[in-house]
Amino acid sequence: MGNRLVRVLSQARKNKRKLFCAYVTLGYPSLRQTESLALTLQNAGTDILELGFPFSDPLADGPTIQYASEQSIKKGTHFEDSFRVMRRLRREGLHIPVLFFSYFNPIHHYGVDAFVRKSRYAGLDGAIIPDLPPDEARSLEERFHKAGLSLVYLVAPTTERTRMKHIAKRSNGFVYYVSLRGVTGARRAVPADLTERLRLLKRQTSKAILVGFGVSHPGQVRSIARNADGIVVGSAIIDRLRRGKGIRAVGSYVSRLVRALNPK
Amino acid sequence: MKKTGHRKDKWVFGPDTHGHFGIYGGRFVPETLIHALNELAEAYHAVRRNQSFKKELSHYLATYAGRPTPLYFARNLSQSLGRNLNVYLKREDLCHTGAHKINNTIGQGLLARYLGKNRIIAETGAGQHGVASATAARLLKLSCDVYMGTEDMKRQALNVYKMKLLGARVIPVTSGSKTLKDATNEAIRDWVTHVDSTHYLLGSAVGPHPYPAMVRDFQLVIGREARAQIRRCQRSKVDVLIACVGGGSNAIGFFYPFLKDRVKLIGVEAAGEGLHTKHHAASLRKGSLGVLHGMKSLVLQDRDGQIQLAHSISAGLDYPSVGPEHAFLKQTGRAQYETATDADALRGFHALTQLEGIIPALEPAHAVGYLIKSARRFKKGSTVMICLSGRGDKDLDVVRRAEHHLGRMI
Repeated sequence: MGNRLVRVLSQARKNKRKLFCAYVTLGYPSLRQTESLALTLQNAGTDILELGFPFSDPLADGPTIQYASEQSIKKGTHFEDSFRVMRRLRREGLHIPVLFFSYFNPIHHYGVDAFVRKSRYAGLDGAIIPDLPPDEARSLEERFHKAGLSLVYLVAPTTERTRMKHIAKRSNGFVYYVSLRGVTGARRAVPADLTERLRLLKRQTSKAILVGFGVSHPGQVRSIARNADGIVVGSAIIDRLRRGKGIRAVGSYVSRLVRALNPK
Repeated sequence: MKKTGHRKDKWVFGPDTHGHFGIYGGRFVPETLIHALNELAEAYHAVRRNQSFKKELSHYLATYAGRPTPLYFARNLSQSLGRNLNVYLKREDLCHTGAHKINNTIGQGLLARYLGKNRIIAETGAGQHGVASATAARLLKLSCDVYMGTEDMKRQALNVYKMKLLGARVIPVTSGSKTLKDATNEAIRDWVTHVDSTHYLLGSAVGPHPYPAMVRDFQLVIGREARAQIRRCQRSKVDVLIACVGGGSNAIGFFYPFLKDRVKLIGVEAAGEGLHTKHHAASLRKGSLGVLHGMKSLVLQDRDGQIQLAHSISAGLDYPSVGPEHAFLKQTGRAQYETATDADALRGFHALTQLEGIIPALEPAHAVGYLIKSARRFKKGSTVMICLSGRGDKDLDVVRRAEHHLGRMI
């Protein structure tokens, strides 16, 4: 099975390139702008896109993504819009892998089978579900696997070594390492135990490790990239949109991070 | 479904080791919390059989919380209902802090101390659980932060003041609907951030495993006492139990010791302005399978899987989901779930106040209101026990305003 994500990961490994993964909230500031944002991010050097479906109760998210989700829901973003936007984006030339980011309830309510079918059709490559640990995901994982979709699991700072290994084994594509104890949102510093934790995780798996939560500055990016295969940036992008910066400004911000990630 | 219970009253119907009650329950939380939940489950498992822990808990329940609470034969109410019904009230309203919540907060407070965590956080809607948490925190010398929606803070200003007097920090929640659901989200976010030093003292039989089972076990003292007390009364056999259900902690604690008996169990949900409207909190009757706050249960949600707002005149029932064990008891048919509207609850409130001189909280007033509404459907001469989970002082303002709004009910 080779979806876009798997291809991009193996290519990056061959070329020793670090990966940049960007998160956007579907429908924030609007569905139309989500589309142009996605294309801009691709042009700025984004390797993987996380398309976030807004949920009413995002308990792993900080104020920034909570705000974006709330606004998007208020504007009437529906679950079906995810597929519609995604199909249009593929037609408009979005070729990077896209992971659907959603809390479990909307997917569960839509129906896992229907979700898998539509995702493939729309050109999604997999999903990240922050409140679905592998223990509860057996049947969903099987159905994803059959359809060639990747289900990416998260490893946290509190995850014990044996469980790390187990999660990494079951994670499909890469392993998402949550850099800190807490919710999403831009922070200035890098957690003190990050290097040590990443080294520990690296010993448990040969899969790519991407680090997310709290990443927003080129300095952070450089220091994280030494021990990881890539980074995930979300709240910092939304923050810029919220502060009224245009999509083009977001694009140049992301280019800066990408350059920090892969200097030369 | 795995039957692990060999001792009476213990884990009769589960959950299994992963916290599933049939298809309900489980653990749907960010990975960061898994370790803390494992640790909590282990610690809880250990202390349940630990003699000194049990001794300390029952010592505080007896000398501090005021247990056992009396079982009261409501003669006047029984007579007014006719049909020779005998109605008993399990007087949880006489507990310290005025509701059954203290049973759980002392239990979990002791557990937090056992875990070496010196800070507790809690969510609260009406403020009852917040006050009970702040109280237990004083008793056990823990620091305590309570998350409360700004909407609820306005409605329950007195309880906010009480918590502050008790030395708790009340943290206003302005996200989402600014009520219990969002206070719970914020408490979970806090817990994710401070998981090493903090115990999340969840107030109802909801949330990820082991909370639903653990809170139930701390509350089943209600049913265990009631079961022994009714046996000592002249009419030894009880036919029906009635309790109100929001998250469902008083109901599950009341029902649980009776699960194996031939007793009808009725949980009463808040129908708010009516089940035909959007303003209710009847997740068992009108909800669908979903995932919220770490558990799979019945949830009020829209077609996109977004959680809907619940409504009830009583802030304690104002929750868009319900404990997984109730969903399971409903599915298996062991318990049945009915509803009472805001107006039914007010009727129950006044009836109990005027007939018995007991001012109930609006939550159990739903149970009383349901009984009044459907007394005709009960078999003649039945013995009915109601869990009177709290007293009504906190609701007087709400009742006064509602009277003004709805006109006289009685």
